Parts: sequence; C-alpha cells; structure tokens
Amino acid sequence: MEYFFELFLGGLTRGSIYALIALGYTMVYGIIELINFAHGEIYMIGAFTALIVASVLTVMGLNEFAILVLASIAAAVYSAAYGYTVEKIAYKPLRHAPRLSPLISAIGMSIFLQNYVLLAQTSDFLPFPSLIPDFEFWEPYSHLLRSTQLVILVTTTVIMVLLTLLIKYTKIGKAMRATAQDRSMAMLVGVNVNQVISMTFVIGSCLAAVGGVLIASHIGQINFFIGFIAGIKAFTAAVLGGVGSIPGAVLGSLILGLTESFATGYVSSDYEDVFAFALLVLILIFRPAGLLGRSTMQKV
Amino acid sequence: MLRVNGVSTYYGNIQALKNISMEVSEGEIITLIGANGAGKTTTLMSISGLVPPRQGEIIFKDRPIHGMSPEKIVALGISQVPEGRRIFPYLTVAENLDMGTFLRNDKDNIRKDLAYIWDLFPILSKRRHQAGGTLSGGEQQMLAISRALMARPKLLLLDEPSLGLAPLIVRQIFEIIMKINIENNTTIFLVEQNANLALKVAHRGYVMENGAITMADSAPNLLSNEAVKKAYLGL
Ligand SMILES: Nc1ncnc2c1ncn2[C@@H]1O[C@H](COP(=O)(O)OP(=O)(O)OP(=O)(O)O)[C@@H](O)[C@H]1O
Ligand SMILES: [Mg+2]
Repeated sequence: MEYFFELFLGGLTRGSIYALIALGYTMVYGIIELINFAHGEIYMIGAFTALIVASVLTVMGLNEFAILVLASIAAAVYSAAYGYTVEKIAYKPLRHAPRLSPLISAIGMSIFLQNYVLLAQTSDFLPFPSLIPDFEFWEPYSHLLRSTQLVILVTTTVIMVLLTLLIKYTKIGKAMRATAQDRSMAMLVGVNVNQVISMTFVIGSCLAAVGGVLIASHIGQINFFIGFIAGIKAFTAAVLGGVGSIPGAVLGSLILGLTESFATGYVSSDYEDVFAFALLVLILIFRPAGLLGRSTMQKV
Repeated sequence: MLRVNGVSTYYGNIQALKNISMEVSEGEIITLIGANGAGKTTTLMSISGLVPPRQGEIIFKDRPIHGMSPEKIVALGISQVPEGRRIFPYLTVAENLDMGTFLRNDKDNIRKDLAYIWDLFPILSKRRHQAGGTLSGGEQQMLAISRALMARPKLLLLDEPSLGLAPLIVRQIFEIIMKINIENNTTIFLVEQNANLALKVAHRGYVMENGAITMADSAPNLLSNEAVKKAYLGL
C-alpha cells in the first residue's frame, strides 16, 4: 500500500508538470487552432535561462529560496519573450494561409530553436542545481513524498488556480474565451485579437518556463533536447484531455502522469511510454475529441 | 453621420462591392435591400473594418474610418449585429452582454444599461446564467441586439435580424428596433431581405444588385416603386 501511495504521489507530481506545459498547447490551439510545435523548446529555453541565472546568483551567494524564485522569474520573462517573438515572426504572417503552412512553420521553429541552443550552449547534459530546498516535513513517510515534490505540487496548484481566475474574471481572460469561440465576432465587440493572441503565447510560455525550472531541478540535468520529449508528453496529455480545453489539459496531464508512474513502478520503466501512448490511442478511439474536448462539428 | 464614398471591396480577386456610395444622417433608420449575394453583408463588414475596402472612403462623424482596425471603429460608436447572430456559444447570456461592454469602463452606466436590457427582453433576464448556444433562434437574436446595445452605439448596423424567425418574433424585434431608434436616438442601418417589413420601419432605403447601388429613395417611394415591387416585394 505504501508503494502504491509513493507511485501515486510521484504520478501526480509528474502530471502536474506536464500540465504546466500542456496548458500552453491547449490555450494556443483554442485561440488559433495551431499545434505550436515550438512550445517544448520554449520550456527548454526556460530551463537554460534558469540554469544560467541560478549559477550567477549562486556565485553571488544568495540563499536557495531566493535563487529559486529569481531564476523562475527570469526564466518566465525570457521564455515569454521567445514565445511572443515566435508568434510574431513564424505564425502571424501565416494567419490567413492554408492550415498546413503555420504547422510546418512551427516544426521549423522547433528545429531552429533546438539547434540554436545546441550551438550556443552544448550538446552535453548539464547538471542542474537542485534549487528546490530539501527539508523534512512529514517525517516517517518522507520517502513517499519528497519535499521537492511537495513544492512542485503546491506551486502548480497555485498557478492553476490563478490561471482559472484570470480566464474567468479578467478582461484579457474574457477576451481570450470570446476569441476562441468566434474570432471575428470578438473583433466586432472591440477585442484586439492580435493582442489576445500575443498574450496567449506569453501566458503559455511563462507556465512552460516555470515547468522547466521545476522539472530540471527535480531531475537534476538538462540539455537542448529536453523540450522535444517533454513537448511530446505534454502534447499527448493535451490531446488526451481534449485539445483546446483548459480543464482537459490538466486532467489529461494527471492521468498521463499517473499512468506512467504506475507502469514504471509495477511493470518496468521501459514500458512507461508504451502504456502512455496505448492509453492515448484507447481514449481517442472512444472519445475522438478527448476526455473534455468539444467536437468542432458544431461549426455550421 | 456616415458617408460611404465610392467604396469598392474585394475578396481576393473577386470584387464584391462596386463603387458604392450612401449616406446616413443622425437619428435615421435606413435600410439596404437586395437579393442573396448582392453584397449587403460585405457593405456592413467594410464599415466595421473586418473586410476593409480597397478603394473609396468611409467617413463617420467627419472622420475617415476606412483602414481603421475593427476595435477602433467600435470605440467610435459603430456596433454590428452580424448575420447569423454570432452569439458566443459557451459564454452565458450575462457574459455575452458583458462582452458588448468590452471597451467601456463606466461601471455605473453599464449597470443601468443592463437593467434596461432586462426590461426590454425579460426572457433574457430569466436565462442570464444559461450558455448562449442553448438559446432559441429568437432569443439569440434578442441577445445579439442587446450585446450590440451594451456598447452604447451611436450607429447600429443590423444584418438580417428577421432571418429564420417566426413572424411573431420578427414583429417583436422590429418593434424593439424602432423603440431603440426613438428612445435612444440611435441611428440604424438595417440590412434586410424582407424588403416589405424593412421599408415599413425605415425612413429611406437603398437597393443593391450585384455589388452596386441601383436605387436610393425614401422608404414610401420605394414601397410603391414598380420595379421594387416586382423584384423584392413579390407583388
Ligand atoms: N469570404 C468570402 N470570400 C469570397 N467571396 C465572398 C466571401 N463572402 C462573400 N463573398 C462573395 O461576395 C458577394 C457578396 O456577398 P455578401 O455576403 O455580401 O452578400 P449578401 O448580400 O449579404 O447576401 P445574403 O443575402 O445571402 O446574405 C457574393 O458573391 C459572395 O459569394
Ligand atoms: Mg448577407
């Protein structure tokens, strides 16, 4: 039973990080119906930014917690700038082009950013400092849930609550929902759709960057290719939950994280991906729009 | 108030509006009638800035608005109730109305305007927490008009508000249109295929064929015009 809980909590931790990345895919898809293949790279760039900033701050002798917060903020700002720029140069000019064009542009952007970091940094794995403080909080059971996992769970929960409030009650949140449902009608009530699209990329990139920092300090190393793998997983989670649906992305991510954790724990870590993608195929057979997705057939 | 001057609008290489000119004075109800595909919707979309004209000018209150972004045009006081109503399907009735106030910040007045809408369409008040997409066609049309009114427009563009509605609802909606015009002094630009009804509520009318204006006259004159009778009134 203890082992089950350990796997369960491990799965939740993993899933909540997938969710931070999956939200970026699903929000962008909801607004412009584009799978932003470069989103994983935004996450990777966030992790690299945090590594550089954390190294500098460590040399300056700041304490662990301050380093974590400052490195996360730096990563979010830097990733947001990348996300914003990618949209402006690779997607916006193609907004009225056939749907395949921005998709190809997104794949190109992904390859470009990977290689750019490969050349600017290195192809080796770099050690990532464990920025999340290790503390005792749950004594005899601390092997079930490490403090780093606790910090990840709390951080992601807080972020998701904030995101929900933003989307439900703020002006930009309402504009995002309206734009996702009917873009030209949103324009007719005075929404600046270009601004909404930019903000969507900025928010999604910030979330991915925070995810990048959390997972890198949990795992302890990064390289230029981590965005690809995490991107595929998060994309799978978004599709599982119903791409375009925000609660769907969170649900899909948690299910994916738990599936992988149990597959690793009870079967073998070699089978983690097999179970994850088998689950995806199964769900798509019975619910093609994903768990919480809405079929797009209602467009007359 | 609004002057459309020699406007030509294209979809790619296809010319949808051919050098059209029209004028709307403050406080008027004018109507634009024409067959399917004549270019009526395109005219409204050109005014709203969603399909900007390639040639010509559109002047609103002495200000050129062709080439302005749609949100700037809304901010100047032009709101549109588009063809097919275009309710945000997953927003509630209240949230749809809230979207109409997107560019306003005067909270107190917004509250008053909302009370006015609940009064105008009590059925919407009853459905305020329901998703817009679940309303009936007539309710959606009421909501679409209300959403546009929540912007406190000086000029209201209406694209075929009678489309697909039962005669009783159509009459109710046209009564409201006249009421808005008289009570709030809102200028109204009404596009209709139901020419008979439109010419009865409007002061003046334009007839459009194949992207060009072919007739312009007072509504009573158009109603008794032989060519109009034959082509649009089914008489
Ligand atoms: N998005 C578009 N792309 C290409 N052509 C278009 C587009 N929208 C309209 N058209 C063409 O422009 C012309 C005018 O269309 P418009 O929708 O303005 O007509 P309408 O008078 O509103 O017709 P209806 O009464 O059927 O609504 C038509 O020939 C139509 O085929
Ligand atoms: Mg039309």
